[in-house]
Amino acid sequence: MKYYDKLIFDLSKEGRKGYSLPDEHLFERRMSDEVPSSLLRTTKPRLPQVSEVDVVRHYTNLSQMNFGVDTGFYPLGSCTMKYNPKINEEVAAMPAFQNIHPLQPAESLQGIYAIYEDMEKMLAAITGMKYFTLNPCAGAHGELTGLMIMRSYHQSRGDFARTRVIVPDSAHGTNPASAAVCGLDVVVVKSNANGLVDVEDLKPLLGPDIAGIMMTNPNTLGLFEHEIKEIAALVHEAGGLLYYDGANMNPLMGVVRPGDMGFDIMHLNLHKTFSTPHGGGGPGSGPVGVAAFLKDCLPYPHVERADDKLTAEEGTAHSAGMISGHMGNFGIILRACAYILSLGKQHIGEVGRIATLNANYIKESLRDVFKLPIPSVCKHEFVFDGLINDGAREGKEGATTLDVAKRLLDFGFHAPTIYFPLLFHQALMIEPTETESKETLDAFIDVMHVIAAEAADDPDILHAAPRNTPIGRPDDTLAAKHPVINYRDLLAEA
Amino acid sequence: MNQYIPHTEEDIRQMLDKIGMKSLDELYSDVPSDFLYQGEYDLPDAKSEEEIRRYFKEMASRTTPLVPFVGQGWYDHYTPSVIAAIASRSEFFTAYTPYQPEISQGTLRYIFEYQSMICELTGMEVSNASMYDGPTAAAEASRLAITSARKKDTMLISSTLLPQVKKVVKTYARYAGTVVVEIAEKDGQTSLEALREALAAHAVAGVIVPTTNKYGIIEDHSGFADAIHEAKALLIEYCDPSTLAVLKSPAENGADVAVGDGQSLGIPLSFGGPSLGFMACSKEHMRKLPGRIVGATVDKEGRRCFVLTLQAREQHIRRDKATSNICSNESLMALWVTIYLSIMGTEGLKEVNEKSFAGAHYLYDSLLATGKFTKLYDKPFLKEFAVRAAQGVDIPKLQKKLVDNGLFAAQPIGDGIVTFCVTEKRTRAEIDKLIQIIREEA
Repeated sequence: MKYYDKLIFDLSKEGRKGYSLPDEHLFERRMSDEVPSSLLRTTKPRLPQVSEVDVVRHYTNLSQMNFGVDTGFYPLGSCTMKYNPKINEEVAAMPAFQNIHPLQPAESLQGIYAIYEDMEKMLAAITGMKYFTLNPCAGAHGELTGLMIMRSYHQSRGDFARTRVIVPDSAHGTNPASAAVCGLDVVVVKSNANGLVDVEDLKPLLGPDIAGIMMTNPNTLGLFEHEIKEIAALVHEAGGLLYYDGANMNPLMGVVRPGDMGFDIMHLNLHKTFSTPHGGGGPGSGPVGVAAFLKDCLPYPHVERADDKLTAEEGTAHSAGMISGHMGNFGIILRACAYILSLGKQHIGEVGRIATLNANYIKESLRDVFKLPIPSVCKHEFVFDGLINDGAREGKEGATTLDVAKRLLDFGFHAPTIYFPLLFHQALMIEPTETESKETLDAFIDVMHVIAAEAADDPDILHAAPRNTPIGRPDDTLAAKHPVINYRDLLAEA
Repeated sequence: MNQYIPHTEEDIRQMLDKIGMKSLDELYSDVPSDFLYQGEYDLPDAKSEEEIRRYFKEMASRTTPLVPFVGQGWYDHYTPSVIAAIASRSEFFTAYTPYQPEISQGTLRYIFEYQSMICELTGMEVSNASMYDGPTAAAEASRLAITSARKKDTMLISSTLLPQVKKVVKTYARYAGTVVVEIAEKDGQTSLEALREALAAHAVAGVIVPTTNKYGIIEDHSGFADAIHEAKALLIEYCDPSTLAVLKSPAENGADVAVGDGQSLGIPLSFGGPSLGFMACSKEHMRKLPGRIVGATVDKEGRRCFVLTLQAREQHIRRDKATSNICSNESLMALWVTIYLSIMGTEGLKEVNEKSFAGAHYLYDSLLATGKFTKLYDKPFLKEFAVRAAQGVDIPKLQKKLVDNGLFAAQPIGDGIVTFCVTEKRTRAEIDKLIQIIREEA
């Protein structure tokens, strides 16, 4: 990777252009003659004026300052950065799928609707849920949709008192945030010393005001909540529903189904478990699955079959409503569909098992140099709580988790998730996924040992990292205190 | 093993030895045994690449791309070939959210450029890094207005907004306990008089109005900002960003927040997704903006660089006190939009609008001349318009006939009203074919 300084605006030159448009030579009407000037723009947007080759070189240069799954190993906890198969991209780019207006008549969309139907069935088979909606555009959007379904269900029964939802203290930040957007108050249930939901702490929280509980299983410590059966019974008995945050579904894929554990509603992240690319932060896709009794609460449009014809139908009175512009991120759904077809019933069971094997292998290989607060068998990920020997001594600060993360970048690895979950001060959360080979894991383990030795020897080596990247550590405080968030601001600075 | 899992039998054995286990199933010894799925998953047989291709070719053969003469929120504009060529570089599309800025300057820089371009088009001072789509961006803007206003519980939305925008805003509002009141329209545009009455009658936090509406009409928002600001509410304009090169910008209309769908900026129709929602506002509301924001700073050696900033607004820091639950947005689509706007520039975008305008007006005049459709509103429009079907015109039958000829047009929006849309991609031959079918068959 090499440093490249330019923004596209820096390349702009008055009068240069990179586009060509057809000219039908037939339409001789101009807006300025027919639209009142009071409706027309008076100020001119300052977009760059650049040639095609300028654009291509600029963005190629930018891409060379970026790390992706195709560049190297990404042990990012809770993010499931598995390999993104290329056949997925090929099918998503097929013209028959790209050039389709969403409102086209149903008879011209039978193939697309059939893909929705197949996907819903396959996701139901994998998760043990009965029905799915593919309309949510991301994981957090799926959470919100799931909570809307939960509330719609209670309200459909005339129960308007359930306005609180229980969320474990180890939950992903999106859980409480989604609850708040859905108009629910968040009640936090504590983790016990083993990092699992404390059932005794949960009991007094349950009551007629509880809409349900949101859980991640395995949780963000990578631990299986083995008391889930009791938790499900308690919550159901109190009239609440169980929501499953599918961000951590990967280790259960092909082994355990959330529907069988008592969950009523769940979402999946197609950009995690189902191999679609993260895109630098989206587009994702967050399908939501529900148990049979919640079908009427699904959002719409939803594909329905009548005889041999498929149609996209509006919801009934209890539907959660319309939650996105149409039927979600179709392009992402296509990719995930290709992935599931490549696994099939023969290989589905390999995903979770190998992902779990990889995580435990790293954990056991590094616990000699990193603190392991919870030593039991993990699932897809686990958490270290900083270095055993951080090198701190008289007059010298020890190496922190941030320092370890930054030093990893020097060795060509992405950093793990850091300072999450919040239960540990120096949390370092590692998730390797099943698509990384033993050789890659061994190389990572070796580098982590080198970094631990460096820290013990001289933590300043870590404090100064990274050095082999296009830029050094940026000044985050300056960025937040003095926001410069567009090109005009930047010019005003100069 | 599946082809994406690189483990050999020997690898697995060595790894199990290292962790002191005898089998892969032992990794699940902490799971109650009755949860371990027994038997075969109800899935199809594993497919090879060639079989996967075959499956999608079969689905494609049952899907018919039609030449679109319909907009209603999704517009068939030209996509420069550069975009897919660049956006398919895996350094971009296989990257995660740029949490490690030292190895993510590519992503951070294009988002900064994207934010800058959205600010240029809307005239606003601040843009976030993108939302899911236009309708969800409108719903998030409604949330921003409600939280800004504190004790007010009502949002006004124009009845002339696209139906999917109204529906999604209402869905989000219903769960948040926000009251949504529709402002009546007059002669095809949001009525200022009805707006004033609604402002007086309710505790209004914000008002959402479209710059070009569901009839395609370019709305005149004179007097809107004053009336809304007098009531201490926020003006939120929902706009088609492609038109902002030529139409009055939200900032020029006095808007506090601008939202809309970025699909019209070079993103393929793709059955409605992925697209992106954009959201921009004045500096005053910057810290209430949902989603990611990229800012400029310097590294230790003083080199210009970019980071995710103002993160105290976001879910991973503030949890239930965050401005939104959004985490993943539509980053890669922001790259599409950024490259599109770089290639087109202001002049290219103007040309897109002029050509769409000319084509749409040619079709409009020709349709009225057939006698099969009559004028609905005498208001200025750009690329999309609504007309009323004349007595005896059977719209479902006509649409069927058009589909048989590979065309998608005359989309009904109720009360015998249908809409059409023409972009710069439509040729004279295509338009004339549409007119001829209507003349003969309607």
